[in-house]
Amino acid sequence: MQVSMTVNGQERSGEVEPRTLLVHFLRENLGLTGTHIGCDTSQCGACTIHLNGKAVKSCTVLAVQANGADVTTIEGMAKDGELHPIQEGFWEEHGLQCGYCTPGMIMTTADLLKRNPNPTEAEIRHGIEGNLCRCTGYQHIVKSVQWAADKMAAQSGD
Amino acid sequence: MTATEPREKLVGQAIKRREDPRLVRGQGRYMDDIVLPGMAHVKILRSPLAHARIRNVDTARAAEAPGVLGVYTGADFADVNALPYAWQAAGVDNHVNTPRILAVDEVHWVGDPIAVVVAETPQQAADARDLIDLDLEALPAVVDAEATTHNGAPQLHENALNNIAFEWDCGDEAGVEGAIGDAAVRISQRIRNQRLIATPIETRGAIGQYDAGTDEYTFWLSSQAPHVHRLVMAAFVLGHPEEKIRVIAPDMGGAFGSKIFMYTEYPLVGLLAKQLGRPVKWIEEREEHALATAQGRDHVTDLDIAAEQDGTITGLRVTTWANLGAYLSTAAGGIPTTLYGRMVAGVYKIPNIHCKVYGTYTNTALVDAYRGAGRPEAAYVIERVVDLVAAELGMDPADVRRKNFIPTEAFPYDTGIGMLPYDSGDYPAALDKALDLIGYSDLRQQQADARANGKYLGIGFSSYVEVCGIAPTAWVTSEGWGAGLWESANVRVQLTGKVVVTTGSMPHGQGHETTFAQMVSDGLGVPYDDIIVEYGDTAGTPFGYGTYGSRSLAVGGTAIVQSVEKIRDKITKIAAHMLEVNEDEVDIDAGTAFVKGAPDRNVSFGDIAATAAVGAGLPEGVEPFLDATTYFDPPNCTFPFGTHIAVVEVEEDTGNVEIKRYVAIDDVGNVINPLIVDGQVHGGIVQGIGQALWEHGVYDDGGQLLSSTLMDYGIPKASWLPMMELDRTVTTTDVNPMGAKGAGEAGTIASTPAIVNAVMDALSPVGIKHLDMPLSAPRVWTAMQEAKEN
Repeated sequence: MQVSMTVNGQERSGEVEPRTLLVHFLRENLGLTGTHIGCDTSQCGACTIHLNGKAVKSCTVLAVQANGADVTTIEGMAKDGELHPIQEGFWEEHGLQCGYCTPGMIMTTADLLKRNPNPTEAEIRHGIEGNLCRCTGYQHIVKSVQWAADKMAAQSGD
Repeated sequence: MTATEPREKLVGQAIKRREDPRLVRGQGRYMDDIVLPGMAHVKILRSPLAHARIRNVDTARAAEAPGVLGVYTGADFADVNALPYAWQAAGVDNHVNTPRILAVDEVHWVGDPIAVVVAETPQQAADARDLIDLDLEALPAVVDAEATTHNGAPQLHENALNNIAFEWDCGDEAGVEGAIGDAAVRISQRIRNQRLIATPIETRGAIGQYDAGTDEYTFWLSSQAPHVHRLVMAAFVLGHPEEKIRVIAPDMGGAFGSKIFMYTEYPLVGLLAKQLGRPVKWIEEREEHALATAQGRDHVTDLDIAAEQDGTITGLRVTTWANLGAYLSTAAGGIPTTLYGRMVAGVYKIPNIHCKVYGTYTNTALVDAYRGAGRPEAAYVIERVVDLVAAELGMDPADVRRKNFIPTEAFPYDTGIGMLPYDSGDYPAALDKALDLIGYSDLRQQQADARANGKYLGIGFSSYVEVCGIAPTAWVTSEGWGAGLWESANVRVQLTGKVVVTTGSMPHGQGHETTFAQMVSDGLGVPYDDIIVEYGDTAGTPFGYGTYGSRSLAVGGTAIVQSVEKIRDKITKIAAHMLEVNEDEVDIDAGTAFVKGAPDRNVSFGDIAATAAVGAGLPEGVEPFLDATTYFDPPNCTFPFGTHIAVVEVEEDTGNVEIKRYVAIDDVGNVINPLIVDGQVHGGIVQGIGQALWEHGVYDDGGQLLSSTLMDYGIPKASWLPMMELDRTVTTTDVNPMGAKGAGEAGTIASTPAIVNAVMDALSPVGIKHLDMPLSAPRVWTAMQEAKEN
């Protein structure tokens, strides 16, 4: 069946089976391979994207459920070649090692900071606990989120 | 900048990683991101039973399913060799059984591959897999490392009596016997080091492509050692010329040891690609990772300890049953012997040690190196030993450590149990710094106050040493390893002045591109951005044994440094000729070569590179081009060390362990990039904490894996952890020119016993002396209830 959605600001459509997961549609039909798959049970969060402005695990959404929706993936975060402040934060604070969980982690962080622009350490840890990282022990990820929150606060104060 | 201003050194600076811009944009290229024209997809049917005879595999319905290109069983690959076993337990008989591409006649663990489907899409392959009819005759299974050796246990392999793959020992059995006989204090304890599942967030994968015209295979593999995978497939599995096999390792979403080994799926995709005339991709499902990727640890160990009343440890007998799973994985023989048995002395001077290891077969997934590989098990043994002694004598565990430390003046130090001599160390310095950072003098009082208020606060130590930079080929081959462990690097300067470094090391998150570029930039005095670091493709890199054992910097990095030295010497020669001075009058810095004391007389690096590349105007006898390759085999391993201290609180009502503070003092020698080293230490610590508190690959008695998804296997989450407090001492080594030791595994080795010792300290008021990991809330709560009832 045919699905259409806005992905990173562009109208995209494709032919899918009813059982096709949104993550498979993004990766296989649209070639947006920045969204990763790390488990089969919606634990790891590597596939996190934004669906109508909210972070969701795209392995837990059928492509047909996203028909007509507004989707943002990691590929849509940098604007005009400039990294998003969260992407910058992960770079500045060494918030990634292998990089596999990173796109999902960044998408979750974006949602977290939208809801809570100035989170405490505990709020950050709670906010990202649906995203698993096996490399960093999360310490530099927490710092990356704090760096991004500071930068975004400074920008919005401009 | 002029030539007279020395260029700021990059080594030692916390430079942010050059790998990251593409990764944070989602532009990494991981295994499943690779799509080739005409690519078909593989799904593997694995045994649902731990031990069974295969009566029949009916593939007829699957073969007719939509999109299916082929269905294969063990009979189709009967003439392909079983995988090789590359690291024997040294000096003893190894009763070897290794996996075949697909099982024939009998399956030996839940996950043993039985059949394979290739289809146009992964979904079609998975659908068809469900249509394969299996007729299996169940046989009795055994899963416990020690129980498998008992009389009457189900036997896995004809050549391994009592399921023992090897019996190995080190140290002085009679000496330990005497020490225990004479001891004022004797302690015996059985401890278990539970099975772990590596669980990188990206599972394994493999793509095979075959070119019939040239008879060449190309593989994309999840590989920490692409050259070794190529060599092993060429020489032992496919029987195909090595030069007609190319292995590419793309970006890797973590590995932690699990992507070192030879796996059946790797040659399988090549064979299928050749059979079908199309590229073939296999991506491991998360549950498959739990079932089919080599796992870690799984020891049962009996300890017998002899000590004096003052806390001096005089003897230690260690008897370990190491569960190796259903077959021997690539390095299965070396991990529980060389990297475990020979490290059980830890940081202590213990006059009598004996370690006996039984490597055993069970109906479980294969066990091999997992982050730390043998050394976490050894550190866990010795650090529990020290705390058992301290608890028995009512002494401060810090004091027992200090009393038994190898003295700082004793290095290089031979522990007498067959390990290479520890290169350098200052164990009291790391302990003192850790005590200082955590504020130990006040901490015990805080603990007393907490206890008075009914709280279970515990303080745990781990003073560890590990062996890394695993090499000296002469030594590892004497220890049963079937190849070399040197590393190589090529450094060449292009006509444009750009420097290309190719390394046989294989990063998968460690930031080699950044670290190596920092070193080369300093070594040649050229801008960091002009250095390109290449790796991960056997077609373009010199042979390397791979990235594991915290060896990339100490071994692979040294090969780079030595290549840089060769280039520097040649640059000096050429510059001296161009400047018309003697070589000893030339210095190099900041992108120029100049006359010492007269920096205005200089030639730029770019001019020298162009001169060398063009080949005109060179001194007599000097070949064109700046290009140097080095094969480096170090004289010794390196031995990083440190002390970690954990403070935990156990919640009485739930048994939940909360980590209140975690202090880590690590000594990894000189540090090239402190940001990257801190990241390695953080991640390592948390993996070790995961073992202490949450992670457990659980098999039931019938051999079913109960923790095969991330719903059941507890890798640490952000909200379960505190901010770790890190610092370092620096004790250099003369094993390599950087004086660097290695940092990839130290955290994992150190943290597990620190946490367990802290929890045992917290529980000491109720009389608990030892609990086995993971110290999950139910396990701790139950033990507390039982202890209170007694």
